[in-house]
Order: sequence, then C-alpha cells, then structure tokens
Amino acid sequence: MTAKVVTITSGKGGVGKTTAVANLATALAADGQKVVCIDGDIGLRNLDIVLGLENRIVYDVVDVIEGRCRLRQAMIRDKHFENLFLIPAAQTRDKNAVSPSDMVRVCDELRPDHDFILIDSPAGIERGFRNSIAAADKVLVVTNPEVSAVRDADRVVGILEAEEKYAPALILNRLNPAMVKSHDMLSAADVLDLLAIQLIGVVPEDESVIVGSNRGAPVALEPKSRAGQAFRNIAKRLQGQEVPFLDLDKQDGLWGRLQRLTGGRK
Amino acid sequence: MNATSSTVQIKGLRDSLLVALTGETWDENQSALLTQIDGRASFFQGARLVLDIGTQALGVDEMVQLRDLLSERGISLWAVLSESPKTEKTAQLLGLATRLSNKSRVEEKRPAAAPVGEDAALFLSKTLRSGTRIEYPGHVVIFGDVNPGAEVVAEGNVIVWGRVRGVIHAGAKGNRQAVICALDLSATQLRIADEVSATLKPQKNPRPEVASINKDGRLQAELWQPG
Ligand SMILES: Nc1ncnc2c1ncn2[C@@H]1O[C@H](COP(=O)(O)OP(=O)(O)OP(=O)(O)O)[C@@H](O)[C@H]1O
Ligand SMILES: [Mg+2]
Repeated sequence: MTAKVVTITSGKGGVGKTTAVANLATALAADGQKVVCIDGDIGLRNLDIVLGLENRIVYDVVDVIEGRCRLRQAMIRDKHFENLFLIPAAQTRDKNAVSPSDMVRVCDELRPDHDFILIDSPAGIERGFRNSIAAADKVLVVTNPEVSAVRDADRVVGILEAEEKYAPALILNRLNPAMVKSHDMLSAADVLDLLAIQLIGVVPEDESVIVGSNRGAPVALEPKSRAGQAFRNIAKRLQGQEVPFLDLDKQDGLWGRLQRLTGGRK
Repeated sequence: MNATSSTVQIKGLRDSLLVALTGETWDENQSALLTQIDGRASFFQGARLVLDIGTQALGVDEMVQLRDLLSERGISLWAVLSESPKTEKTAQLLGLATRLSNKSRVEEKRPAAAPVGEDAALFLSKTLRSGTRIEYPGHVVIFGDVNPGAEVVAEGNVIVWGRVRGVIHAGAKGNRQAVICALDLSATQLRIADEVSATLKPQKNPRPEVASINKDGRLQAELWQPG
C-alpha cells in the first residue's frame, strides 16, 4: 500500500475545503479505503469539529513534528469508520510551527499503511498553503460559483501550474441551479471556461451540509442527500472510477455543455 | 532599474529568471538575494527562478529553507546550477532541475536585462492567471488568455491570441501610437499611454478587435477588418 496524498485548497476562505475533506474522507472510508486526514489549518483548526471528534484530541500535528508524541498517538479514530483517522491541527500555535519538509516527512511515514491521505489547507497562498501542498500527489481546488472565489481559485491554479508537479482538479461547491437559471450566479460552464482545468465534481448548495457539519456527521453518510451523493461520486473518481456527473438541472442543457467542456464524460 | 548588485546577478531567460550568486558565504548570498527580491517584489512575483550558485556546497536543510523563503514571496525555485556535486545531489533530492535545456538558455530580454530595441517582443505561450503581472520594455505577444486579475504592461504593442479579461497597458512609457489587439477584448481595463478605457462588455460572439487612440485622442476599440 502506498497512499495517494490529496490536498484540498482554494485561495479564498469559506468556500468548503473542510467540508470537502470531511466528506471525501468519509466517503472513501465507506468504500473500504484506509484514510487519514490531516488538518493543515494550524491555529484555526476545525476539521475535528466537522468530523465530530473534537473531544478526543490529545495530541496534534505540531506535537508529532516537535517530537512530543509518536505519529500513532496523534491519530484519532473516526466514530463511524475504523479505517478513518484524523491528525488534528494545533489550535494554540501558528503556521510557522510547521514547514513544508515537515509535512513531507509526516506523509512519508503515513504512506505505507494507508490508501489516501487528505490534507485540509488553510485559505490563502502563504506558508500554511505551501505546507499543505508540499507532499501532494494531487491537488483539488474548491471554489464557489462566485466571481471573487473563482478569481482566487485561478490564482492558486496559476501557482500550482508554475510548480509543474501538481495536477489541479476542480470541485465546484454550492451550485444553485435555480440561481444560475435566473442569471444570478455563474454557471458551471462559466467557471470552467475561465479556469480551464479538469473538473472532478460539482456539489449543489444543500442545507443538510450545514446541519451535518454542526452534528459532526458529514452528509456523505446520508444516502438521500444530493450533496452527499456528489461527494460520494468525487470519492469514486479519486479511486479512478468513471462516474457520470449529477444532472442538477435537466432542463437547460447546461450539463450537456459541461460534459463537452470536461471531455465528454457520459 | 539596476538589476545587479555585486553578489546577485539577474538575467531573464525564456521562461524563467537566472540568478547568479557570487558571494563568499551562503549566508551572504541568501540575504543579498532576499534583499534584491524584497526591494522589487512586483518584478519577481510569480517568477520561476534558476539559481546558479557556483562552487558552493549546499545541504538539504539550506536548500529547503531557501525554497520556503522564496515560495513565501510567490517565487518558485525551479532549478539550481552548481559545480558542487553535493549541491547537485541536494537539488535532485528535492526534485529541482540541475541543468537547463538549450531552449531555456535562450535569453529573453526581461526588464532586468539590458535595454531592448524598439522591435523586441516577449512571446508567452500560456494563459496568464490572476495575480500574474508581466512588464516588458518592448512588445508583448500572448498565445493564451489574460484572465481577470492578471496584468500586462508593455512599452510597445500588446497582441493576445486569446481572450482578454484582465488589465492591459500598452505604450506604458507614453507611446500613443501603441495598439492592443485580441481575439476577444472584454478587458477589465485597457490603457494606452495615459488614456484609460472603461470596462468593455463581454461580447456574445466575440470578434477580433484592435484598440488604439483615435484622432480625437480617445482610446477606442474597433472590430478588426481583414485586408
Ligand atoms: N454545498 C454546501 N451547501 C451548503 N453549505 C455549505 C456547502 N459547502 C459548505 N457549506 C458551508 O459553508 C461554510 C464554510 O465551509 P467550510 O468550513 O468547509 O469552508 P472552508 O473553505 O474550510 O473555510 P476556511 O477557509 O475558513 O477554512 C460552512 O458553514 C459549511 O457548512
Ligand atoms: Mg476550513
């Protein structure tokens, strides 16, 4: 086994990185994959809350890096899946406590025993972002159908392309087909047209996401949730399976266009 | 703009900046480099750096530290050239290039280099994404798009074989004869010399356009007419 390291980043804050990590980790674990997620948002940790593991934290990633505990001791087992672990961020330290080579070292130690390592990047393009992408084999850029979020995503894609070793793919989160139709929101095609990178998933706006985060139970666990289904599909695509895109809006042919833009997945 | 200090020499290559460090000690080299960068942040922003460090022997820790310091400044360390086998090995360990292809050896006159002639042009074959700023003392030709949040500032003309949705400034040193051409000019802002155009609306079916200063002294864009 040698894990694939997948970093979820965005540029702009609040677009759904942590939500995506929690849901993708859950969905991958439900498919039987051995998964560990690392909260790279040092000083502003919240992946533990979204996974409902806050009260189990004893050690964090900075403790590992500074040698106060062994890696195993900082890995918290998930409530729902015994093959899913979280390594939390330190809440009381700042991002300079971690360097890119520290992240590479931690991931290298985890790789042999896992299938996926998911890293939740902080917003921005500073040190915390650099730490989060240092070990990445694949980078998922999350954005919302909103001009400022797309512009920041474009910036991040430019940085990743300049480094030439990360192939970024896009998660478009919080799409509201009704708003696209009334021209109050960018469409998926508008976003893809500008960013021109591979699309790995479109997640609809869905209240159950917020409810799930507050309860510490990601929506990927809800068989009926549309957003949950979208995250489960992304998890399948990460495992190399071909899964058709959800048809969020049958009427206006948007999805046909989208499929053409992304290379005609059917 | 003086591109060189005694220990740091900068040359523009095809797709990167070549920086030669000639100081005695590594500490001296590193701090001289960072001083240069911090003094001219916009010039270095987003650059791909090739470092030539002569015979100096660097270990992983030193090189990682430099790479991080550079990346915090929005610069990616791409290659390290050295006559020291230790340095070469370190660079290889970190996945950095240690040789330049002849193609990228070709010097492209960037602002750091000697003044360029009137006909010099910078050719870029890529989409300029948000946060990228290209400044050039001649013409600029882009085979790709200029996305919102990207800027091109040229002393000569700017030609874009693609969509312009960012900011373009042609004739930046006051040349009012300069033009801006693009397949789709829905720019956030166009400037020629000191004339500024308001936002151009995205067109439904974009056609190639040429923007110039007309005889009334105003900046305007017109559909390109073949022949
Ligand atoms: N598809 C969705 N539908 C509805 N709400 C969503 C969706 N995705 C995320 N949210 C909500 O948006 C908010 C921000 O999400 P999240 O914390 O995952 O963003 P983030 O990118 O990690 O933020 P930060 O940059 O602060 O780390 C949360 O309240 C979350 O529940
Ligand atoms: Mg977050």
